[in-house]
Amino acid sequence: MQAVFKIHRFNPEKDKKPYWAEYTLEVDAKDRVLDVLHKIKWEIDGSLSFRRSCAHGICGSDAMLINGKNRLACKVLMMDLGGNTVTVEPIRGLSVEKDLIVDMTPFFESYEAVMPFFINDDAMPAREHLQSPEDREIYDASTKCILCACCTTSCPIFWVNGSYLGPAAIVQAHRFIFDSRDKGGAARLAMLNQNTGVWRCRTAYNCTEACPRDIPITDVIGQVKRAILYSNT
Amino acid sequence: MQVHKYDVIVVGAGGSGLMAALYAKQNAQGTVAVISKLYPTRSHTGAAQGGVGAALGNVDEDHWEWHMFDTIKGGDYLTDQDAAEIFAKDVIEAVLELEHMGLPFSRLPNGKIAQRRFGGHTREFGKAPVHRACYAADRTGHMILQTLYQQSIKHGVTFYNEYVVLDLILDDDIDGKTCKGVVAYELATGEIHTFHAKSVVLASGGNGRMFKVTSNAHALTGDLTSIAYRRGIPLEDMEFYQFHPTGLYKLGVLLTEGVRGEGGILRNASGERFMERYAPTIKDLAPRDIVSRSMYFEIREGRGCGPNKDYIHLDVTHIDPKILEERLPDIMDFSRTYLRVEPTKEPVPIQPTAHYTMGGIPTTLNGEVIWGTTNEQKVRGLYAAGEVACVSLHGANRLGTNSLGDLIVFGRRAGVAAAKYANTATLEPIAENTDARATDLVSRIRNASGKESVAKIRLEMQQSMQDNASVFRTEETLSTQVEILRGLIARYQNIGISDRSEKFNTELLEAIELGFLLDNAEALVHSALNRRESRGAHAREDFNERNDTEFLKHTMCYQLEPGKTEIKWKDVVLGKYEPKPRTY
Ligand SMILES: Cc1cc2nc3c(=O)[nH]c(=O)nc-3n(C[C@H](O)[C@H](O)[C@H](O)COP(=O)(O)OP(=O)(O)OC[C@H]3O[C@@H](n4cnc5c(N)ncnc54)[C@H](O)[C@@H]3O)c2cc1C
Ligand code: FES
Repeated sequence: MQAVFKIHRFNPEKDKKPYWAEYTLEVDAKDRVLDVLHKIKWEIDGSLSFRRSCAHGICGSDAMLINGKNRLACKVLMMDLGGNTVTVEPIRGLSVEKDLIVDMTPFFESYEAVMPFFINDDAMPAREHLQSPEDREIYDASTKCILCACCTTSCPIFWVNGSYLGPAAIVQAHRFIFDSRDKGGAARLAMLNQNTGVWRCRTAYNCTEACPRDIPITDVIGQVKRAILYSNT
Repeated sequence: MQVHKYDVIVVGAGGSGLMAALYAKQNAQGTVAVISKLYPTRSHTGAAQGGVGAALGNVDEDHWEWHMFDTIKGGDYLTDQDAAEIFAKDVIEAVLELEHMGLPFSRLPNGKIAQRRFGGHTREFGKAPVHRACYAADRTGHMILQTLYQQSIKHGVTFYNEYVVLDLILDDDIDGKTCKGVVAYELATGEIHTFHAKSVVLASGGNGRMFKVTSNAHALTGDLTSIAYRRGIPLEDMEFYQFHPTGLYKLGVLLTEGVRGEGGILRNASGERFMERYAPTIKDLAPRDIVSRSMYFEIREGRGCGPNKDYIHLDVTHIDPKILEERLPDIMDFSRTYLRVEPTKEPVPIQPTAHYTMGGIPTTLNGEVIWGTTNEQKVRGLYAAGEVACVSLHGANRLGTNSLGDLIVFGRRAGVAAAKYANTATLEPIAENTDARATDLVSRIRNASGKESVAKIRLEMQQSMQDNASVFRTEETLSTQVEILRGLIARYQNIGISDRSEKFNTELLEAIELGFLLDNAEALVHSALNRRESRGAHAREDFNERNDTEFLKHTMCYQLEPGKTEIKWKDVVLGKYEPKPRTY
């Protein structure tokens, strides 16, 4: 079938401002949007620039706005889009470097701010720490995060206020706060209790809808909010 | 051009690179930095699914000797037995260390790390499958990558992300070679950077993109194998390329062997569990080379599935859906998303997919790169670990779960060794124009205006490698492929690109990567042509048997000029497990 791709283009070395370029090409219903972008790059216009690597939804490189929704280009098939006209734009709230490539620095800074690493200064056991399957299950969903930024860059609060740490960073904090082996929970809760933290969330659910890993992000943020409230009483 | 000075430079931020960096940082008196062409968490270690093998014995009785034996037999006796011994012992502690770093392994009811069965891992030297693969659902690699990156943040490791290494700073001395750093291209700006260092660890991963159907990421283009090869370092055992039996039909996206570990069964068009015929003892859990070949036999005999009889079925419909969702959620998702097949109700169409290179840059047990055919001929200051390296732990065929173990065991050893070397070495001066080779490469390609298309040459390479040098090979197909590659290499000199910009020039990057891939393909095919026997993943239909008298030795392939190679040999380290016929 034929598809029309309208793609946000911007080369800072040539263009004063971004523009829409249109490409008409033959595609297959089971093509990933990433396949089509490659087809354009490889057969029509080699200068089209975007990030990608794994091509099956695991590395988190190719978050973009596809028909107005944050998606991984490698995880959406043409047949999912319900039409042959497709718009592709960079994710929002981060500055555009070229075409579909954005500056991810602020996103990773927020990630690093939540102390995203295991904290436990006790002497390590000779073997593994024991953890029951039930305790392991509590934070299972948040271990799935691939740091693609689909959630954070779909959040209206983040668009308006870049100092908000954003859903992805909170998911990462949740992964440790609810891990029975970790001892850094109090410090992380204190950090997320600040005005850049969880209270900015207005439960718009955009993040949950955007997550390609099906993490129930809004609920995860809710759990962190409740943990702060309980720890303060 | 910018110049940076470090004690230790690590190239690559996958499992092996991060492990090397963490240990280099702990052991070095000076500075350590990691250079990666991807953001660290985008590395393909994150795609690893099924598990990391270690004889913890949490489910079944298990011993490191059994693991060592399985690794050697799995490698069809080309495995260096000293490497297998260190590995099987150390990987136990290394897995526990990952847990101590917080890695969220799946758990048994008693709270210990969960383990599952995997191909070729057995108890009592081949008697029956054993639960040895430690797993975190079906995202074990993702959790390893995340955990090691988290630790890197905790320990303040310096990263240069989206920098592409294009050359080694390598000097020839009277008695060998010395590495003094690397030259890299910054993707965001187009600038060239020289990283002047006392020691360098190469951890840049695989090269699966030389084949058409592969489980490997687009970024896995064998950059550093090619660079080393161009600079006079041999590539070891490149003919041994692993095809994983269960890639999604046509796409190659991997479905872990853990699916069969949890009870999944391979079936032909008539629904027969054909592996019972090929490997009566361990059936579907035979090593990958054997299963992939068996699948090809079935398809050739007309027993393939589908209208073109060109694929096989992976059947999990008899397994409790709850277990599938809990232990293999991503696998379920891949099948549903990409093939629209509901695995709990219908079998999943699969085919072998290009997966892992057993070969690579030759190293000693401490990751020291060697330029000759003995372990004494080391390149001073240069180390390698992970899929890019060849220690040789995997021999002629890697067992599933042994790569993740390799990353953590040998990544650590390389990191420690590189740091210790840097602690005693001085930063030797480098020539002023050390960046010339890389600068020329970039400017030649940036301005390339020939008629040939990068995408077309790449596709022809991938298709012809698949046809002539994959699961089965003959003198004829390999000789054909040698000529095809010569032709493609010649055409590559005449490519053209359209993007001349400095920033994020991914068209330029893809063109450079194609050059790297062509070198990898060349080394593979020349080495395969030279090995007139069948061993592990290298199956020659014209030389059906393993031939220990002539070929129980490692290939060392040197590039003389593009299209022309010289093959030498290196001894295999034998030991207590004598080569025996390999049946399962
Ligand atoms: C889908 C899949 C599933 C797998 N499952 C398992 C499993 O269950 N168990 C198991 O043991 N093994 C598994 N494997 C194999 C294993 O995952 C890989 O062999 C291993 O992760 C490779 O790790 P690495 O550190 O060597 O390289 P990678 O993780 O691939 O990292 C390579 C790094 O090098 C960098 N790099 C590359 N080129 C350059 C350059 N020119 N300049 C700068 N940086 C560069 C990249 O940015 C990246 O950071 C699987 C493999 C695949 C593909
Ligand atoms: S390319 Fe890796 S997530 Fe899409």
